[in-house]
Amino acid sequence: MSRLDFKTRDRAERTVEGLYRDLERRIIASPPGLCPVDMASAFLKLCHAQTCGKCVPCRVGLGQLENLLQDVLSSRRREKPVTLDIIPLIEKTAQAIYDSADCAIGYEAANMVLKGIKGFREDYEEHILHGRCSASIQKQRQSIACVELCPAGVDVPGYTSLVREGRCEDAVKLIRKDNPFPTVCALICEHPCEARCRRNMIDSSVNIRGLKRYAVDNAKNVPVPERMPPTGKKVAVIGGGPTGLTAAYYLSLMGHQVKIFEKREQLGGMLRYGIPSYRLPRERLQEDIDAILSAGVEVETNCDMANEAATDAIRKEYDAMYIGIGAHIHKEIGIPGEYSRGVISAVEMLRGIGDGSMPDFAGKEVVVIGGGNVAMDVARTAKRLGASNVSIVYRRRKDDMTALPEEVDGAIAEGCNLLALKKPARIEANADGVVQRLWVKPQIIGTNDNAGRPSPVDADLPEEEVPCQIIISAIGQATDTAHFEKLGIPINRGTIKAQSSSGIDGFPGIFAGGDCVTGPSTVIAAIAAGKVAAANIDAYLGYHHEIEVDVDIPEPVIEDKPACGRIDLKVRLAKDRGGDFMEVEQGMTAQEAMQEASRCLRCDRFGYSAFRGGRTSKW
Amino acid sequence: MVKLTIDGRTVKVEEGTTILNAALKLDIHIPHLCYFEGLNEIGACRVCAVEVKGKEQLVAACNTHVTEGMEVFTNSPKVRKTRKVNVRLILSDHDCKCATCARSGNCALQSLATDLGILENPYINVAEEKKWDRTYPLIRDDSKCIKCMRCIQVCDKIQSLGVWDLSGTGYRTTVGVTGNKTMEEANCTLCGQCITHCPVGALRSRSDIEIMFDAIADPDIITMVQIAPAVRTAWGEEIGLAKEKSTLGRLVSAMRRLGFDYIFDTNFSADMTIMEEGSEFLERLAHKDKHDFPMFTSCCPGWIRFARSQYPEIVPQLSTAKSPQQMFGALSKTYIAECLGVDPSKIFSVSVMPCMAKKYESTVPDMASTEYGQDVDLVLTTREIGRMIRADHIRADELKEEAFDEFFGEGTGAAVIFGATGGVMEAALRSAYYLVTGKNPNPEAFKDVRGIAGWKEASFEIEGIPLKVAVVSGLRNARELILALKRGEVKYDFVEVMACPGGCSGGGGQPIHAFEEMAEERGKILYGLDRMNDLRFSHENPTVQKVYEEFLEKPLSEKAHHLLHTDYNNWDSKK
Repeated sequence: MSRLDFKTRDRAERTVEGLYRDLERRIIASPPGLCPVDMASAFLKLCHAQTCGKCVPCRVGLGQLENLLQDVLSSRRREKPVTLDIIPLIEKTAQAIYDSADCAIGYEAANMVLKGIKGFREDYEEHILHGRCSASIQKQRQSIACVELCPAGVDVPGYTSLVREGRCEDAVKLIRKDNPFPTVCALICEHPCEARCRRNMIDSSVNIRGLKRYAVDNAKNVPVPERMPPTGKKVAVIGGGPTGLTAAYYLSLMGHQVKIFEKREQLGGMLRYGIPSYRLPRERLQEDIDAILSAGVEVETNCDMANEAATDAIRKEYDAMYIGIGAHIHKEIGIPGEYSRGVISAVEMLRGIGDGSMPDFAGKEVVVIGGGNVAMDVARTAKRLGASNVSIVYRRRKDDMTALPEEVDGAIAEGCNLLALKKPARIEANADGVVQRLWVKPQIIGTNDNAGRPSPVDADLPEEEVPCQIIISAIGQATDTAHFEKLGIPINRGTIKAQSSSGIDGFPGIFAGGDCVTGPSTVIAAIAAGKVAAANIDAYLGYHHEIEVDVDIPEPVIEDKPACGRIDLKVRLAKDRGGDFMEVEQGMTAQEAMQEASRCLRCDRFGYSAFRGGRTSKW
Repeated sequence: MVKLTIDGRTVKVEEGTTILNAALKLDIHIPHLCYFEGLNEIGACRVCAVEVKGKEQLVAACNTHVTEGMEVFTNSPKVRKTRKVNVRLILSDHDCKCATCARSGNCALQSLATDLGILENPYINVAEEKKWDRTYPLIRDDSKCIKCMRCIQVCDKIQSLGVWDLSGTGYRTTVGVTGNKTMEEANCTLCGQCITHCPVGALRSRSDIEIMFDAIADPDIITMVQIAPAVRTAWGEEIGLAKEKSTLGRLVSAMRRLGFDYIFDTNFSADMTIMEEGSEFLERLAHKDKHDFPMFTSCCPGWIRFARSQYPEIVPQLSTAKSPQQMFGALSKTYIAECLGVDPSKIFSVSVMPCMAKKYESTVPDMASTEYGQDVDLVLTTREIGRMIRADHIRADELKEEAFDEFFGEGTGAAVIFGATGGVMEAALRSAYYLVTGKNPNPEAFKDVRGIAGWKEASFEIEGIPLKVAVVSGLRNARELILALKRGEVKYDFVEVMACPGGCSGGGGQPIHAFEEMAEERGKILYGLDRMNDLRFSHENPTVQKVYEEFLEKPLSEKAHHLLHTDYNNWDSKK
């Protein structure tokens, strides 16, 4: 008998390790519309299997909780109908386990049950009282996770299958049915569609955005559909950003006469005035805008509508109005010295760049405050503008950043320094009022806040200085709602209060959507809002025009689906790209695209969709 | 064209053909359960799973399209094994008490399991019964439901009502009433299409056989039965009788054996309906300013329930004429009793119908025009009369044909086509022509309204009066027609609506065939009977003429109004 053994894992252990990973991915791919009580019961069974068996609350208690949840689900207990009394019994049992289990295996399992009873009590009650899931769960049934999670409901399996057949033009046509920005989204969409891709159950999600990019990069000129006969109705769109352009596009296709009023020199909103060209080259943005305008949309730029006379004129002349003014004003940092010279806001800087005025950062030390995508955008832009040093100051950890991981990694690769867990304390200026340095207070990550996010607290360390000549604040944007507030339009926490239909209570004919309603959000959310508004404005005008597309979707290929790696998009080397504004990302080759498209499991055709909730061919 | 091999044999089929249909071309029958062509091609039961060479996983033959060069195996060892496991799994979630099931002997699952020789099942049976009001005309037994989804599909796609939906999630998923409603709240029309599309015994209509046998056995009761037109096309199917033996005469003979006292034909009252409804239509045409058009037929209670719940505003446009069943019922306890010299209080008026909604119609409070209870005391479906014949072990094939009892077994060719879509319209037009012109048209003059199509329209002219008519069957078609009317896209004078696709011959009370629609074939039988009949005009029915002479005076008379018409606004559909 040796005194110590080097641990090796046997086949069973290795297999179970693999199954854990399978399960993790499987949970990621959970489709919408599952019964929460059922899931809670299933989780509990898993937790119970983890018990070591030493302690009563965990070994016996979790099993009894499982029985109680099963009783709820079957709505019978000991051969009798179950009553609402079972809820306090579950609570009491779970609380006792939580309070007395010796380790987290026990008390966290009980905690999940307690959270569930608080979070979806009505589902428990529906099962107990009526032996069924709540009607809202039933309504959610929809198996195509990518389509469901795309705010605009773009037909993802449809276009991936078209890409696989090399029908890129048809893919673009199909995307345009729900989203008139195929190119923009191919380049910069945050791709919520990929989050619950069922392919995760096998290996990892399909690179959906990459496939879209292949389609738009390889499609020849794709004309927009023909306009429907003119209705004689006029619609004004305030704001030429993604939401306004989307609404204008569909309303124009429906035969209405649409005019966009844009405050700035050019169309595009945040796409032009917020996103740097190394991510979204301007000529690619223009492709989508040109296509949208070719649907017959009129435009007036340099036209500020934020005055009563202009609004009145529009309300008189137009049958309906869509407000999509975005969120273009910056939030204050709220620390001493913030008005020093050299302190600028990210929105201002990007807006200037959008119209071609490039600030000169040559040789300067730049600090960016914030951890979102905009912070990464300005940091990487500052680097390209010649800054000698760019530091990103963020008060939480890198993992807590709201920016997409690839954006954070891109910034670091290009030489930006990430100063995580540093809270901006004050800005020090020289006698001329010019920024000299940013003082930061080191942080330590602490307990979770109410939303479940760990909160930073001050560390027992002295303030540190970050020398700099430029400070760019990228801590969020807001909407200038003052004018609309004067008109009586309801405002809620700095945003316009619109219904989910985009209509505004008490203002028939006035609709609003995009960032000015939701607060700063993604481009695809803004596009979705424009689509919703178009449908409801059309209905408001007394029509039921339907947007559809004449593209037949290929039948799925009959094939097995062995695990196969996901193809990620390549980027230019950091040393090559850091100095210019040329696009960083590169599209897939045909070989890559064909393989990636073949990874799609065609949830539009298999599983629940074969029965219901399959393709939405028109709206 | 696509070339492929199935079980080693080559076949060429159109692109887009399913493996299942390609195999049929080679007379290879791939077993299937949930599949119903054109209605339910969802690959849920996985019984039709077949092997494609080079692929590890099986594919569903019912909804996988063939591809060039594909090699399919429908009975490979893997397919055989998988199919049996899947059928055993379905059986483990099914109440297999076949001996006490309405569908025993006509159950797709039972025959599949028998075919496969499944004699034991290693899986625990998990089927559970759920509560259901057994007095309701439509009965659902969850423990027999195999979740094939056909009922959901037919109610949604064909009838546009969506009464059924999935209920529960995950492994507890089953079929239930949409939106967690009760059946009473669900606006079910009781058309019964979900029943006739159910492959097993999960859905059935209430059986009223015991009440009937009791009435027959009671010496103080006089049973008087009417047989609806569509019943004669299908009753033999229920008892496994050869087509050529399944004549009306043999049905009458079998029913006499069962002990019914008087056996009559609903065709007689169908001719009455034409007289009343045709006259009403001409009356409305004469006062066009006072009525909204089109006028709708009113003989289908599924349609009445639909109109009342979905478009109550069009109810005034329904003909006020009662259905043939109810006209017969009203006359049975008045004029007919008088003619036969029997005490109307002793009459138990029965109808044999291809329909489940008729069970509801007979119970509507307004359908009691005498002091002797409901006009029709009991409604039996075609399936139930078949069951009664079997219960008494009557061998119908050995029976001689017999005639109806006198007078009220008389019906014309115009009446018999009531059982097929377009028939009521055609019969009405034949007599309307006579009523306007005083002479008979060619009986084939209005045949443009025949055929299985769900929405037909035709234009005719009678004495310079142009008439535009439409015929729809299937309630989705009815809904689309009403919406088109509302949008002003179509304009009609007279519209016939039947809730069931193909009309009553495809009715929800007819014998069930798990994998095919029967309405068209049965409908053709009715048109054959029309052609063979010497009388092809309702107004020439001698009994009808006698009723007007001796009792009602003329169509739309006050007495006729009292007995043969109703106000559909007063019907209660929440039952």
